[in-house]
Amino acid sequence: MLAKRIIPCLDVTHGRVVKGVSFVELRDAGDPVEIARRYDEQGADELTFLDITASSDDRGIIFRIIEQVASQVFIPLTVGGGVREVIDVRNLLNAGADKVSINTSAVLNPQLVADAAGRYGSQCIVVAIDAKQVASGKWEVFTHGGRKATGLDVVDWAKKMQVMGAGEILLTSMDRDGQKNGFDLALTRLVTDALEIPVIASGGVGNLQHLADGVTQGGADAVLAASIFHFGEYTVAQAKQYMATQGIEVRL
Amino acid sequence: MVDVAIVDYGMGNLRSVEQALRHVAPEADVVVTDDASVIEQAGRVVFPGQGAMPDCMRELDARGLRSAVIQAAKNKPFLGICIGLQMLFEHSAEGDVAGLGVLRGQVLRFAANMQDARGNKLKVPHMGWNQVHHATDHPLWDGIAQDARFYFVHSYYVKPQDETLIQAISDYPQSFVCAVAQENLFAVQFHPEKSQAAGLKLLQNFVQWNP
Repeated sequence: MLAKRIIPCLDVTHGRVVKGVSFVELRDAGDPVEIARRYDEQGADELTFLDITASSDDRGIIFRIIEQVASQVFIPLTVGGGVREVIDVRNLLNAGADKVSINTSAVLNPQLVADAAGRYGSQCIVVAIDAKQVASGKWEVFTHGGRKATGLDVVDWAKKMQVMGAGEILLTSMDRDGQKNGFDLALTRLVTDALEIPVIASGGVGNLQHLADGVTQGGADAVLAASIFHFGEYTVAQAKQYMATQGIEVRL
Repeated sequence: MVDVAIVDYGMGNLRSVEQALRHVAPEADVVVTDDASVIEQAGRVVFPGQGAMPDCMRELDARGLRSAVIQAAKNKPFLGICIGLQMLFEHSAEGDVAGLGVLRGQVLRFAANMQDARGNKLKVPHMGWNQVHHATDHPLWDGIAQDARFYFVHSYYVKPQDETLIQAISDYPQSFVCAVAQENLFAVQFHPEKSQAAGLKLLQNFVQWNP
């Protein structure tokens, strides 16, 4: 049977892995290549790198990091942050990324998703959605690292991205991100039930039960977490063992 | 002579396949090529693929590689990966196109509205780590545990006409064929280059395989 995936996320800026609370207050977590290698050894199913500075003068750093990781770690690597044009997708794939995550640019130019998927295949195009609850049962898409409201409904937007060729949705709850009180399960369930493509739940993991809940209650196909792994609270292996005891299919 | 030629027909990224082969065969001359003569002269050939099958067939022909690939599939150690497996068959439901016809059979799409035992929706593409159940003891399975997990990402699967070609199956939720072989040819639906230790072992077995 297909296993649910556990994906450690590495937010990278100036060549270091960092973690913030609700997108601010950054804390240093170490060297990205070293951390990637450690998670691979622990049995991570994939790795996601988000270049959170993504200013043009810093772009070279993430390419070098991905090249180094890809020559040593043979699991799928996703890279996001600052992807604006098809050529950015190409450059990241050439550096060794297997998938590229597109967020703000998908909103500014939805055709980018269609063009990139048409050129490189849906399997390597992840659309990242930052969602904020705006009313009961209603979430809105935000961009620019969560600073800008778009007026777009999250479910409508996710469906549109599926039609445009996204292979997968990375769904982050801005309300929960960094809060350590669990995924927004209602949001996750709403989006995953509305789509045919896989959904990765993100934002809010504080313990191993939260990861399990993302799958059993949220219906997520994969769960993404950062700080619980970076600061040594849990290993990826512990997370998988815990999920297995909850009857969740995982790769042990 | 090139030891391992990775066929590049302009669809998707071959960097991962190249890196993984270099990792398991550091002494070998591994090249990514769109040159038919390099493929013809190579010791062994890897035929990967990403994207939609109609585009893959069109791009393969645009580069004049069809005959070199068919010959390699009949004559030397040959490893098809993902679309590189699917393209070997006669016909694909994806875009209703003909494949290379090296193997008899069809490429079909996973059904819509599939559910798991708990009633959760099964997504298409089938993406992630699934168990690979060996149907044979082919040399490419050496050192790989029965039901070891490999990384998959695909919406279509192959249905060979000759069931004796089947080397492994997976479940989603029905059984589907995830590996086939015929003499010098071996082809898999999953991505060994992204399947950590089990995948690297399969690639190592391939570069040492003498059918």
